[in-house]
Amino acid sequence: MKRRSFLATTGLSLVLAVTATTAAWAENAKLKIGFVGVTSGPAAAWGISNQRSMEARAAWLNELGGVKIGDTTYDIEIVPFDDQKDPKRAIAGMEKMAQDGIHYVVGPNVDDGAAAVRPVAEQNGIMYFPYAFPKELYTAPASNAILGMVANYQSGPAIYKYLMENKGVKTVAFIAGNESDPLSQRDSGAAAARDLGLEVVSDTVTYQMDTTDFTPVLLPVIQTAPDLLVLSGVSPANAPQLIRSARELGYTGLISTETAQDAAVLAEGAGELANGFISVGGASTPELASDTMKEFVTRYTDMFGEYNDESNTKVYALEYIVETLKANPAAIDNVDEFKKTMDTFEAPNPFMVGDAKLTYVGTTSFGQKRQVSVPLVVNEFKDGKFETLFVAQVD
Amino acid sequence: MMEQILANGLYLGAQYALIALGLTLIFSLMNVLNFAHGQMYVFGGFVTYTVVAQLGLPFTVGLLASAVVLAVMGALIERFLFRPVIARSKRDESTMLLAAGIAFFLDAVILLLFGEKQRGVPKVVNGVFNWDMRLIMPYDRILIAALAVALIVGFILFMQYSRTGRAMRALAQDRMAAQLMGVDVDRYSMIGFALGAMLAGLVGGLLVTITGINLGMGGPTSVKAFLMIMIGGAGVISGAIAGGFILGMMESIGLTVLAAYGDVTYLVIFVTLMIFLAIRPQGLMGKPWG
Repeated sequence: MKRRSFLATTGLSLVLAVTATTAAWAENAKLKIGFVGVTSGPAAAWGISNQRSMEARAAWLNELGGVKIGDTTYDIEIVPFDDQKDPKRAIAGMEKMAQDGIHYVVGPNVDDGAAAVRPVAEQNGIMYFPYAFPKELYTAPASNAILGMVANYQSGPAIYKYLMENKGVKTVAFIAGNESDPLSQRDSGAAAARDLGLEVVSDTVTYQMDTTDFTPVLLPVIQTAPDLLVLSGVSPANAPQLIRSARELGYTGLISTETAQDAAVLAEGAGELANGFISVGGASTPELASDTMKEFVTRYTDMFGEYNDESNTKVYALEYIVETLKANPAAIDNVDEFKKTMDTFEAPNPFMVGDAKLTYVGTTSFGQKRQVSVPLVVNEFKDGKFETLFVAQVD
Repeated sequence: MMEQILANGLYLGAQYALIALGLTLIFSLMNVLNFAHGQMYVFGGFVTYTVVAQLGLPFTVGLLASAVVLAVMGALIERFLFRPVIARSKRDESTMLLAAGIAFFLDAVILLLFGEKQRGVPKVVNGVFNWDMRLIMPYDRILIAALAVALIVGFILFMQYSRTGRAMRALAQDRMAAQLMGVDVDRYSMIGFALGAMLAGLVGGLLVTITGINLGMGGPTSVKAFLMIMIGGAGVISGAIAGGFILGMMESIGLTVLAAYGDVTYLVIFVTLMIFLAIRPQGLMGKPWG
């Protein structure tokens, strides 16, 4: 009897185990996508808007049943790593991604981090999507990095040209934080302005990233009385303070930047003094955002309590990864296949109205397609929100 | 030009001095280098932000809330973290590590509670004082500087004339002697820590109207506060005030005079400080309280 009951129990356990395993098989496979970027410290807003965009979009796609790539349906799992804006940590993060068998990573957010992870990414077959502008990351022989946004040397000239033609701007001054990203953006911005025929009246003044009072910093710049003041590579934390100090010092000209900003932060930090401030965004304004974009904003807000306008740009990277993998399922664990597909890839852009497309661009700037095509939307801040100034496309 | 530089220096100096006061108070009473001072400043800023911008209450209520929340936080940190560690370990590193740990912990708490974005509250007073373009100073800065000076004066009077202030001064001068004279060391250490944290919170609350606040501001604020008390002499009230105003003035002069050479102001300040400390390692005002 005892032996029989033992057999019965074992048999039942086996049946249960097999059923459970089958049930597990019935669930979707996991597609891990990495994020290596800054989610702590003063620049945390940059990375957090990235990570949250990815998590919000992944949760949404998973809720819809996952994404079908080839014959397999995957649930997307985002694997984040905070590099604390430290290149050494960024390398550690990319190594972790490699150990986890991840082939697609969004980030890092800054120049030195993006440059530092390049060997790790190339050795381990990882495609990564930095928000950093150095051209050597995207020009041959480099081939694993894809610029996730519009670079300042692409948006800057477009903005200056527009302001020359429409607002009569003749002189320009640049001010930048004392870090590699803002400084390189200032240098390329000033060069572009000179090429367009603008007179650069000041481009030597820099500030510490932890400055709390910008009045003394701005004083020598304002004294040059430029028509346009460019805040090169300004972080969302510093932008409102700089704008406010410039206006309080009596500056009445135009102020612009080539980085993405958040309307709520500008409204809180500078109020109506920020009116007229020109910055760059994604499909940010109501007339450009599709219903999908609007739902994304709602879902993001529900998940995290508050939306960040920078996510208008940052929502794109994950979409490009998923859609390119759908176009060529062999790329799921082979980035060479991904690279082949990039040249001809095209899919509808779900976040914009009209017939906008997701394609890879960058041939003019990098000699190869190593940039996601994000609409270059130039915004003007007005009474707490952004209004579209003009829209352009990068080729 | 000179008027503007001086005004900027005085404005910066007033807020810096107030930050340094809290740090130096804690150091003098407990020999603790509070690396979390900057995070306490940030926490105070976010409390004022929440009360004023989110709940729509007046700025003074926000300031009061920052003071109370940070005082309670400081008292709890002293009672449950520093006191047991000081009782069990004679090594200074233990409290330094604890303070650094609290700084990281507060950074994480701030991120969880208040988020990653830069925050600010509307200007308390509008308008800009403009003296013939020679001196430009927004009224809200003048107000905040005046409030900071008033708080510094209030603090000095409190330390000088109140019973608690006298007890804390005795404690700072000689812990053992104070204990033998009947001063309740535990009680006044806790009050001192609470007061130091409260000062940090108050500056955060004051400055959220002007510079705004974000979670990354803690570390750099602590570094500046340490600079100031090293200039003035650690553990000395007058030293902290002097250090604050000297740093503010050096920053203001450097940013204007050295602007053409790029961002070298802090480089020059650090080099000057290194030379200064080599000559006078105890800082301007020397030993505790004196």
